[in-house]
Amino acid sequence: MDSVKVVEGSEAVALAVKACRPHVISAYPISPQTHIVESLARMVADGDINAEYVRVESEFSAASVVAGAAAAGSRSYTASSSQGLLLMTEVLYASAGMRLPFVMTGVNRSISAPINIQVDHQDSMSLRDAGLIQFYVESVQEAYDMHLAAFKIAEDPDIMLPVMVCMDGWVLTHSYERVQFVDQKAVDDFLPPFAPEHYLDPATPKTWGSYAESDAMMEFKYAIHKAMTEGKPRIESILDELSALTGRDNSGLIEAYRTDGAEIILVALGSVTGTVKDAVDELRDAGKNVGLLKIRCYRPFPHEEIWQAVKNASVVAVIDASFSMGSEGSIGLDLKAKLFGRPQAPMVVDFVAGLGGREINGGTIHRLVTRAEEIQRSGELLCEAEWVDLDATIVS
Amino acid sequence: MTVKKKTRKESLFVSGHRACHGCGMALGVRHILEATGNDVIVVSPTGCLETFSSPYGFSPWRVPWIHHVFENAPAVATGVAAALRAQGRDHTRVIAIGGDGGTFDIGFGALSGMLERGDDVLYICVDNGAYMNTGGQRSAATPTWAATTTAPAGRQSMGKAEMKKDLPEIVAAHGIPYVATASIAYLGDLKKKVKKAMSYHGPRYIQIDTPCPSVWSFASHLTLEIGRLGINCGLVPLFEKENGKITAVRKIKHKISVIDYLNKQKRYRHLFDSEGGQEEIEKVQTLADINIEKYGLLAV
Amino acid sequence: MKLTKGAVVEGGTSLNYKTGNWRDQRPEINQELCNQCGKCLEVCPDDAVRYNEGRYEIDYAFCKGCGICAYECKAEAIQMLPEEK
Repeated sequence: MDSVKVVEGSEAVALAVKACRPHVISAYPISPQTHIVESLARMVADGDINAEYVRVESEFSAASVVAGAAAAGSRSYTASSSQGLLLMTEVLYASAGMRLPFVMTGVNRSISAPINIQVDHQDSMSLRDAGLIQFYVESVQEAYDMHLAAFKIAEDPDIMLPVMVCMDGWVLTHSYERVQFVDQKAVDDFLPPFAPEHYLDPATPKTWGSYAESDAMMEFKYAIHKAMTEGKPRIESILDELSALTGRDNSGLIEAYRTDGAEIILVALGSVTGTVKDAVDELRDAGKNVGLLKIRCYRPFPHEEIWQAVKNASVVAVIDASFSMGSEGSIGLDLKAKLFGRPQAPMVVDFVAGLGGREINGGTIHRLVTRAEEIQRSGELLCEAEWVDLDATIVS
Repeated sequence: MTVKKKTRKESLFVSGHRACHGCGMALGVRHILEATGNDVIVVSPTGCLETFSSPYGFSPWRVPWIHHVFENAPAVATGVAAALRAQGRDHTRVIAIGGDGGTFDIGFGALSGMLERGDDVLYICVDNGAYMNTGGQRSAATPTWAATTTAPAGRQSMGKAEMKKDLPEIVAAHGIPYVATASIAYLGDLKKKVKKAMSYHGPRYIQIDTPCPSVWSFASHLTLEIGRLGINCGLVPLFEKENGKITAVRKIKHKISVIDYLNKQKRYRHLFDSEGGQEEIEKVQTLADINIEKYGLLAV
Repeated sequence: MKLTKGAVVEGGTSLNYKTGNWRDQRPEINQELCNQCGKCLEVCPDDAVRYNEGRYEIDYAFCKGCGICAYECKAEAIQMLPEEK
């Protein structure tokens, strides 16, 4: 029987991981991830999860433990944020290259320096080249739901890649929400035990982590890209199965919210999408044709789905909580690249907002839409991102 | 073609690997696996061993083997061990075999973590005293006054001035059941130590002196000979420490001067060619004498 | 031939790479002098000594000519000779 409880976001994630019956959990503490791994530790200590819980001395080792466990044929899980995610970078690239499936929660937090522990997306966006599949969630409920699907997607024989479910630090991890939990039996039916084709086994000795020469390296790397891009239908199909499992709409690599007939479409991901939806409703009530394109699956980048949703808009306004220094916002870069050259593509403005946890509220969204309308009227060429609510006077 | 009769077990580390002529490490690895048997999973960091044993499509490993990255062999091994426990595969054991670069330096933190947690992994360091895979740069395992490419001998330097990091003692200080040093010069002793280590559970460490003809610069047929000289002058003490106590020491029957070891390797030639070298040789002799005293290496 | 997923390779496949062509000198075992101690087989870094029907033999497909077997042979039954190209 599904149950409903008010839980802290971190607890919901821990319960999702528990339901997926991992063999090995390993993590190193960092705010705001800590409540997730503490919840899991309590569950292990009480015998509610039958997993090996490995307390490591760094995030590098946490990711390495789950990689080794996956190679040995065990379902495994880790989580980190910010500096910790960056420290895992090398391990994540290598794991994707070796096609080792494990699931991790990327609890989004800004990156030093200066040190700041509030939410932005710089950490997970910095890893988008690595070959991980990345999802971003809007709510605690969605965080719970997506973790259930994450293992199934990671372990799909044609995918076999690490999956990161990104959730906003503090905003989602430390807030309480009413969450509907899926019955364990239903989860077990949805997610059978991990059964990889190859795993470390003395009966069939194999070698992992070979050295590849120039005559094969491009093909090995292409294989990862191919697994992701050709994996899109499979990801969509698993999300449909997730919707059937949860009774909620978890489907689609994107969610197009009131984009029909929209002249201005905001593009966003993470918890801000909830705020944007409310603002879109207000603006629609006020007669404005605006909508939201929420990106759920960020890697592989759902460019075709985005195009279909935005192609009739005049302006696409990206809300980017991550920036590539010296260039532009992360989502802006990906989106502009994929829309470039399309017939009558909308103008794209990249709004950098929310870095270091700076508030993005309904008022902010209204102001962004107003600015987007200005751009719609003026047709100005936009080569630079626009930093929202920036006090340039204090920058020397 | 005649049918080959085997009087010994099929090797678990077969021919066709790309180690240099006379590689001490390649020799050591074959004997390590002879001692462990095939019910093992081996983890290695980046290094000579990894590079010469895993060009894509050509692997000598007849046991399951994984190389992940450079810093994390101990943590990957921990993960493999955790998976085996979770799956109830309790007869398969986990071994990590890595060079000094990945063990003394970049993997040191992960090694310490593994030891501290008490993970059931036998970590074997095949120590050739430098980053040989990349041409012989200095590591914490490089012995005092050896020349390396990043701490070369020059007009103002005699090579590495620092001590060799005493990793066996650091490892032992973690309170683990078994620590040993061994050498490819004495393969029977090496295998005995591996077997003894396998009889324990928890973290275990063996450091094996594996001379490198290519970069220490000696003729490739002298690999075991150089190993013996290092032991017999006291610079390479062979001992076992079980639960914090020295339980065995290989005695030196015929002690030699460090000179007889140093003068056969080009990495020490500057000590003989340059002014002030004699003084530094005496410093090396002192280090050897300290080992002899500390471990009681002289046969009575 | 298609690449494997994640570059995973079957163990033992190095036997397809004949390192014998690395040699510039080759060991020859004088079977009359050989006392069958097995030291040569023990000390070969390339596992290139075989025991075959009562004789110790060099596997020239893989022997790199390092000379350790000849040096360690107490019976002095192994000679290193120049490799003929």
